[in-house]
Amino acid sequence: MAFTTKINHGASQQKRWGRILEHRGLMIGGSVLVLIGLIAIFAPLLSPYDPLAQNLGNRLQPPVWYEGGSWNHVLGTDALGRDYWTRLAYGTRVSLFIGLMAATMAGIIGAILGIGAGYFGGKFEAFVTFLTTLRLSLPVVLVALAVVALFGGTLTVLVIVLGLLLWDRYAVVLRTVTKQIKSQAYIAAARSEGASHRRVILSDVVPNLMNQFIVVWTLEVAHAILLEAALSFLGLGVQPPTPAWGLMVAEGKDMLFFEGWIITIPGVALFLLILSINMVGDGLRDLSAPENRN
Amino acid sequence: MVAFIFRRLLIAILVTIIVSLLSFMMIYMAGDPAITIAGESATDVDIEAVRAHYRFDRPIHIQYFAWITNAIQGDFGKSFYLKIPVSEMIIERLPVTMGLGALAMGFAICFAVPLGVGAAMYPNSPIDRFCLLLSVVGQALPSFWFGLLLILLFSVKLGLLPVSGTDSWLNFIMPTVVLGYYATPAVMRLTRAGMLDVMSSDYIRTAKAKGLHPAKILFKHALRNAFAPVVSLAAVQLGFMLGGSVVVESIFGIHGLGHLAWESISRNDFPPVQAIILILSFIYVVLTLGADILNAWLDPGIRLGD
Repeated sequence: MAFTTKINHGASQQKRWGRILEHRGLMIGGSVLVLIGLIAIFAPLLSPYDPLAQNLGNRLQPPVWYEGGSWNHVLGTDALGRDYWTRLAYGTRVSLFIGLMAATMAGIIGAILGIGAGYFGGKFEAFVTFLTTLRLSLPVVLVALAVVALFGGTLTVLVIVLGLLLWDRYAVVLRTVTKQIKSQAYIAAARSEGASHRRVILSDVVPNLMNQFIVVWTLEVAHAILLEAALSFLGLGVQPPTPAWGLMVAEGKDMLFFEGWIITIPGVALFLLILSINMVGDGLRDLSAPENRN
Repeated sequence: MVAFIFRRLLIAILVTIIVSLLSFMMIYMAGDPAITIAGESATDVDIEAVRAHYRFDRPIHIQYFAWITNAIQGDFGKSFYLKIPVSEMIIERLPVTMGLGALAMGFAICFAVPLGVGAAMYPNSPIDRFCLLLSVVGQALPSFWFGLLLILLFSVKLGLLPVSGTDSWLNFIMPTVVLGYYATPAVMRLTRAGMLDVMSSDYIRTAKAKGLHPAKILFKHALRNAFAPVVSLAAVQLGFMLGGSVVVESIFGIHGLGHLAWESISRNDFPPVQAIILILSFIYVVLTLGADILNAWLDPGIRLGD
């Protein structure tokens, strides 16, 4: 008997990896994401230039595939003569930092509210539902713009604002999942053995909802990155001269009529990053709940 | 049903009160509003004059009650910057944003519902795959960038559409598409899921067995039932759109509520911002309340039980 169980275990592990490798979206999205992550980490090694170094004698050089472009500036230079590829590579860091930190902060808030609501029910659940309604009624972009205007466009302020605004999806999803988990027999068993609520939540509930948490987390990372880019685009996000993609699009906006590539390049980068994060998120959801695929 | 509506109404009122408190507190969050208004070079005497003029010297709860009492009557004070009543500014701008929101929602529904129905009628067909692709791509497209790309293509390269302004209906085509595509994936997926659900139900099978024409089954029986959840989603999405129109309005130079909020925030002029946040929240609350009541009325499960 023990022998068969062991084989089954090995087979299911193998099947799990097989499923991950077979999932096309997950593999493509994951590969692009790893590449972008590597660019963020090794940005200083990938370019000889400083992202902030201006060279006014060398303004608006086109990318290499345009006439007049050169390999010295693969993606050209911006209106202040800064190397566009260098700014793009360093911009990866800003997007990923804000996305990861804000989504994690929102995740902690949303998990506490959602798990609490699902586990305890009653008044606390009503309170969380009310808080979620309140949060959804606030226009996110406007509130974030106003707070950034009041407290300044630093990375810390942006992370905190987005973290405080983006917890709603976690709360809604984790509340439902916690309710499902709580109705399982092993929770009742643990309680009847005298385990405290705290212990049940930490050792039985939380591990069982990690899958759903991670799926929502990936979607919120993408959401936070998009919002930061929009705020920076509107001039009330990351401030110049920091290389951030939304800001790069804003800075290129006035050159739109002459140099289309200047907004196309950071936009494509943003699009690819969000697309790959969402593909990974969708893939993880497929794997954790294949029955919900449609 | 009455108890449900009553409870829902109570929540809506409570949400509105708290949002009003939050937006009122906003000008105090970054310190003394008198110093902000008086500006960088102001002397202590100037600051005191500003404080007396705007009556910031009163206790804060009295200021709040004065503000909210006036707000209920449509008086949101004067703009610090333009010195004209905020209500006038809003009356001028609100119709633009509401119109744009309605157009965008109309576009999203006209575009997403037929696709969602098609995807549900023919699962795994090219239509279904196209819908999937569209929703994956749509969600990854930053709206400000999408807007600029449309300008690049239709205004700069092809010269077909005007870049900005609100002079003719041509000006509203690109903003409508940019604002509307945001809601498209969600509406499409919900339509598809609802249709799949309805098409496998007993009464559709009965209708088919009776030999009804497929078009009649689709329009008379299936669509009507699949559409109910889409209506409430559309209400929620419209609320989000009005709040998110600031990006679209700033790109296309449309002077709506979002643009006003953005301008006011940029020049530290908070009375219009307070009013706009309160009004947009209120619109969202009313829209979702309406959708919930409609759903409760359509769904006997909620109407009778709960």
